[in-house]
Amino acid sequence: MKCSVLTLVGADQAGIVAAVTDALYKQGCNLAQASMMRLGANFAIMLRVSHDENHDLRKVLSNICNDMNLHLHIDEDADTDGLRPDPDVQVTVYGADRHGIVAQVTSALAMAGLNIIDLETDIGGTKNDPIYIMTLEGLATKGIESLQVALDGLSSDIEVNLDEINTLRG
Amino acid sequence: MEILTYPDQRLKQISESVESIDKEILNFINELEQARMAGPGAVGIAAPQVNNFKRVVIVDVSNMRKPVENHGHMIMINPEITAWEGMDMGREGCLSVPDFTGNVIRAEKIKLNYMDETGQHHEIEPSGFEARAIQHELDHLDGLLFLDRLVSRRSDLFKRKNYKK
Repeated sequence: MKCSVLTLVGADQAGIVAAVTDALYKQGCNLAQASMMRLGANFAIMLRVSHDENHDLRKVLSNICNDMNLHLHIDEDADTDGLRPDPDVQVTVYGADRHGIVAQVTSALAMAGLNIIDLETDIGGTKNDPIYIMTLEGLATKGIESLQVALDGLSSDIEVNLDEINTLRG
Repeated sequence: MEILTYPDQRLKQISESVESIDKEILNFINELEQARMAGPGAVGIAAPQVNNFKRVVIVDVSNMRKPVENHGHMIMINPEITAWEGMDMGREGCLSVPDFTGNVIRAEKIKLNYMDETGQHHEIEPSGFEARAIQHELDHLDGLLFLDRLVSRRSDLFKRKNYKK
């Protein structure tokens, strides 16, 4: 077996997920983690698939990509099942939208040892007064205190909140 | 002791009350505690997780890296939650669901009756992380896993602030 990460992007329309996953299913591919969402007028799929060494995923999806006008990108992935780290911190950020929020926050966090595992951002508010919202989770490789120090040094026009994720195991 | 893992359907069974505290149940409690200690960082364990369908759980959140309010190490026989208050979302994992964690909403504070291994009755009012651990374990006695209570990671990511009055 082999693992691949597929990225598919195209103008949003009904049936993209069904068509892509059905084609993979019928070829015996096994879906693992996936993240799919509408981004503006596009729909984006990121999908980790395990499949037979001999499968040419580009060939499997070529008809669908042509019919639905989807761009496909394929990366090989190591088989890392069972090695997924649990995030231990969560950071939430919001403020009036402006240039550079993500760059400034994530640069400060990277310097302080954060390995981001999951990040999403959105824009809310009104057209005249948009607000930018970001949530991320990650591993504090140098401890949570260094992250707090890094965030304390950020510009005061954004609200930043750092929380430890205390995962219960029972 | 082998830990049952989902999709083993035995985890969906409802457990029966313990009728009397005898040698057999005390031996089992010892084994259950050993199974909990063998689990990576487990703060609790319930009898059904080791294929025994009696209403017994063990919870101990007194050794957390970041200390939380707690009632110490508790062996709970026939535990029953009698009151629930507030709601909070937190991240949970389970010995019976390896390699996955998810967000679950639980009561922030509960009131609970149980009997310990000496037959003594207790009524406690745990809150926060300890209340979460107890609710997670008691769910096992009713055939429920945290998977039955998952909420999206994409929803309600902003934690409710505790505003000072």
